[in-house]
Amino acid sequence: MSLDKDTVRRIAFLARVRVPEDALEPLVGELNKIIGWVEQLSEVDTEGVEPMTSVAEITLPLRTDEVTDGYYSNRVLANAPDNKGPFYAVPKVID
Amino acid sequence: MTALLTVLTIAKARDGLVAGDFSAEELTTAHLEAMGSKRDLNAFVTETPELALERARASDARRAGGDVRGAMDGIPVAVKDLFCTEGVLTTAGSHILDGFRPSYESTVTANLIEAGAVMLGKTNMDEFAMGSSNMTSYYGSVKSPWRGSEGQDLVPGGSSGGSAAAVAARVSMGATGTDTGGSIRQPASFCGIVGLKPTYGRCSRWGIVAFASSLDQAGPLTRSVRDAAIMLGAMAGHDAKDSTSAPFALPDFEAALTGDIRGLKVGIPKEYTLDGMSNDIQALWDDGVKWLEEQGAECQELSLPHTKYALPTYYIVAPAEASSNLARYDGVRYGLRVNGASIDEMYENTRGEGFGEEVRRRILIGTYVLSAGYYDAYYLKAQKVRTLIARDFRQAFEVVDVLLTPTAPTAAFAIGEKTDDPVAMYLNDVFTVPASMAGLPAISVPAGLDADGLPLGLHLIGRPFDEETVLRTAEALETAAGFTARPDGVGA
Amino acid sequence: MAYLIQGETGGWEVVVGLEVHAQIVSQAKLFSGASTAFGAAPNNQVSLVDAAMPGMLPVINEYCVEQAVKTGLGLKAKINLHSVFERKNYFYADLPQGYQISQYLLPLVGEGTVTLGMPDGSQREIGIERLHMEQDAGKSMHDQDPNRSFIDLNRSGVALMEIVTKPDIRSAEEAGLFLRKLRSILRYLGTCDGNMEEGSMRADVNVSVRKVGEENYRTRAEVKNVNSVRFIQQAIEIEAERQVEAHESGAGVVQETRLMDSARGETRPMREKEFAYDYRYFPDPDLLPLDLTPDYVDAIAADLTELPDDKQQRFVTDYGLSAYDAGVLVADRETADYFERVTHATSEGGKTGSRDAKMAANWVTGNLFGALNAAGLSIAESPVSADALGKLLDLIADGTISGRIAKDVFEVMFETSRAAGDIVEEKGLKQIIDTAEIGTVVDRVITDNPDQAEDVRAGNDKTIGWFVGQVMKATSGKANPQAVNELLAKKLKG
Repeated sequence: MSLDKDTVRRIAFLARVRVPEDALEPLVGELNKIIGWVEQLSEVDTEGVEPMTSVAEITLPLRTDEVTDGYYSNRVLANAPDNKGPFYAVPKVID
Repeated sequence: MTALLTVLTIAKARDGLVAGDFSAEELTTAHLEAMGSKRDLNAFVTETPELALERARASDARRAGGDVRGAMDGIPVAVKDLFCTEGVLTTAGSHILDGFRPSYESTVTANLIEAGAVMLGKTNMDEFAMGSSNMTSYYGSVKSPWRGSEGQDLVPGGSSGGSAAAVAARVSMGATGTDTGGSIRQPASFCGIVGLKPTYGRCSRWGIVAFASSLDQAGPLTRSVRDAAIMLGAMAGHDAKDSTSAPFALPDFEAALTGDIRGLKVGIPKEYTLDGMSNDIQALWDDGVKWLEEQGAECQELSLPHTKYALPTYYIVAPAEASSNLARYDGVRYGLRVNGASIDEMYENTRGEGFGEEVRRRILIGTYVLSAGYYDAYYLKAQKVRTLIARDFRQAFEVVDVLLTPTAPTAAFAIGEKTDDPVAMYLNDVFTVPASMAGLPAISVPAGLDADGLPLGLHLIGRPFDEETVLRTAEALETAAGFTARPDGVGA
Repeated sequence: MAYLIQGETGGWEVVVGLEVHAQIVSQAKLFSGASTAFGAAPNNQVSLVDAAMPGMLPVINEYCVEQAVKTGLGLKAKINLHSVFERKNYFYADLPQGYQISQYLLPLVGEGTVTLGMPDGSQREIGIERLHMEQDAGKSMHDQDPNRSFIDLNRSGVALMEIVTKPDIRSAEEAGLFLRKLRSILRYLGTCDGNMEEGSMRADVNVSVRKVGEENYRTRAEVKNVNSVRFIQQAIEIEAERQVEAHESGAGVVQETRLMDSARGETRPMREKEFAYDYRYFPDPDLLPLDLTPDYVDAIAADLTELPDDKQQRFVTDYGLSAYDAGVLVADRETADYFERVTHATSEGGKTGSRDAKMAANWVTGNLFGALNAAGLSIAESPVSADALGKLLDLIADGTISGRIAKDVFEVMFETSRAAGDIVEEKGLKQIIDTAEIGTVVDRVITDNPDQAEDVRAGNDKTIGWFVGQVMKATSGKANPQAVNELLAKKLKG
């Protein structure tokens, strides 16, 4: 499988990373080189092998249902690039 | 006096502080002076001298009152800029975290503060820990204190390159690093110091800017194996705020350094012999085998058949996780915002400008391998191969106690090299990535110099949560190797 | 009779599946320790985890897991002992992480069933496809500023259950019945308060239509985030009509997400870019799989509260109620509990044992519901407690007052919260059962109205009713109606 310009444009939008039109072509080349290289995995026989999602051989820890956090909107908003009073502010979202 | 203080190991400084030979403030001052004289390395993004002196004085005051918090009390350390530090700029080496001052302290650095350690500053690093050269930092490349044979500037390795350079340059006694595919061990090897990646789950990930959650692990960079044991003891421990943190009691890592490796079974994985690997590396590896055998260990060749697939597996899994982990840098709640007419444009502008080239590349790769139609072929396949890689190690550890390999296929290279071919750059991590994929503890120990006089490391991999055997074996290598070389102009 | 839309080309069947997002009742959020309470100051019930600060990690709330398991059991569904949290990746202003932690391939709960009691007395089974746990997003406000949207993350990270039905629903009416039934089950279990106004229950509605007799489903459209039963029903009707027209005009239906505009009575497509959605689900590496033991699930099952269907059956069997009355009483757990308290007399100041259950049911669904509705009160706010109503029924049962007087007494009780006995005592409302006393009044009324008496004797039985009214009027309603009837019959016709 190899990526073309449209695919790169699509994944760049999915990832919300601006890629200037003139940068697409070289990027296609780089990404294809990496993808081509990782494709060597196809030669590994993984029939019946379970996928590994974590190396941690422990069970999921559960916490008790208690309110132990929050009530500090000042800390939540402290680094905001734009805010309006207690709200974060972003360019208008149109559904 | 001050020059002498900066060449001490942490263990020696502890003894000096106990004996009253010098104060924590004097120790810190000496290191702050060294920091000032080594600014050309660009090892720090942020220096925190006032904070350092304040903590050093607090340590002295505690000590005067008979309250000593252990071996790290009063010891100056550097902190990789991937650890969130309360009130102190935290950048992850990225433009996108411009101006970000966390209101919280990562668990690992909080543990260090609790142990009395003194933070000198935040070290430069590859952007979001993605890199093996420290050339991807928004804050510029870090120079290694070592120079090439013709005086050229070398990379310190990465991604914890600023931490490795600071420790090697005797600016800091130790430093925190993080290791996702080799980011502690490879720069340690390049800079001639010790770098320890503990077992996944040993150190809490809470408050560390995430790169690849299933791989990221914090650890120490130090100038001796004993120092690594001491510093790990202060960093590690179970943390209820990290669901993947191991709920195990911490052993006394320093006590594991018995100097006795008689009967230890050491595996030499044959797949780590690469075509075209330099003679220096092969010779050093052979020396390692000899040194361990001379001290009573039994070395045997064995096979880890899926080794060659670890690196491509890593370059699917890590970017996939990163593409999701880095989605939160969207210009809404912190860091850089580059405005746009709509919110999507704002996202695209912010992330297009805020992330550097390598980070953008990995985000796109990660997005691609998770996207509809490609998930099974890439991501799921990689997870299955990951199972096989881990199985190789598990089978090996039924036979041996520890594995010995080189840390990196080469010594440090010049700044600017290998930049036009991402895959060539990725090959730096060929020996360190397999242990990362299996979550195993591993250490790089400085063991010799190559023909150009540059440091080379040997690499030990242990069973899960058996850092003690790794450290004990590492100390045996360290003793036998007798590595005393220092970069020109550093120390004494 | 199935609900059909008559188009130009014939009858169309409506096919509906619902994805209900139900907020889990818990103190703290699913993966953080911030509070879930409704109505706090903006961004105040937000932890660093909920704001997706760098390096923050999720730790799951065990009570939320228990609540979801309980709900699964209440939906008669299979509990999956092994389930996995995955990340659903997309960018949105009020989704701080850039992904939602949800469950995808391996949800906590598998297939189940909800049974609907239809108005005609029949039953309909609606299949449940799955139930999974996930995080809620924050809230965006778009109407406060011409150029900006404002974000409040108080809801961000609150635990939700997404309950997905099979496409078994065939009309807006069925959708309404399903939602009410589901809400009733969730409220019984205490796992979701079902409060749609506060957004603790919302639904995405998948609608398609097909010609009568077609076996395959046609393309569906999803109407997002509809937050009342009425709007959901409205959305189904409007969207189904739109689709019938679209099919018949040849324009066709495209698979898309639409928004409900209830003010205009229409649905419209969401503005979205081409290829906007590819959620790139993958297991969340910050968490581990959720592995439950059979013992854990069994313990929750053993403790499970009686659910509406079982309670309805019991009310029919134990109390001899009609299925309909039992259904009305069990729809709401508090009503059912109230009814049962009325039925079971306590020893304190009254008789012990059971009261007449049918009479209790009539009083609860009749007088009490009427008064509560008129006053805009819920049963929990009723000024007449179950015990107080029970004692009123005792006064009827032992003949102290008539049913008619009881209604007056009840009105006073409802206004004043006073005890029935006190009101009867104070107002002298005790029933007259002494036949001699009633006979005197009856005689007087007959004597005073000879023409009407003659009318009765001529065979016009209806006029007896008029006499009853006169006697009751003369005794201020206190005469025992049965005695009045008997005496009038004897004296007029005997």
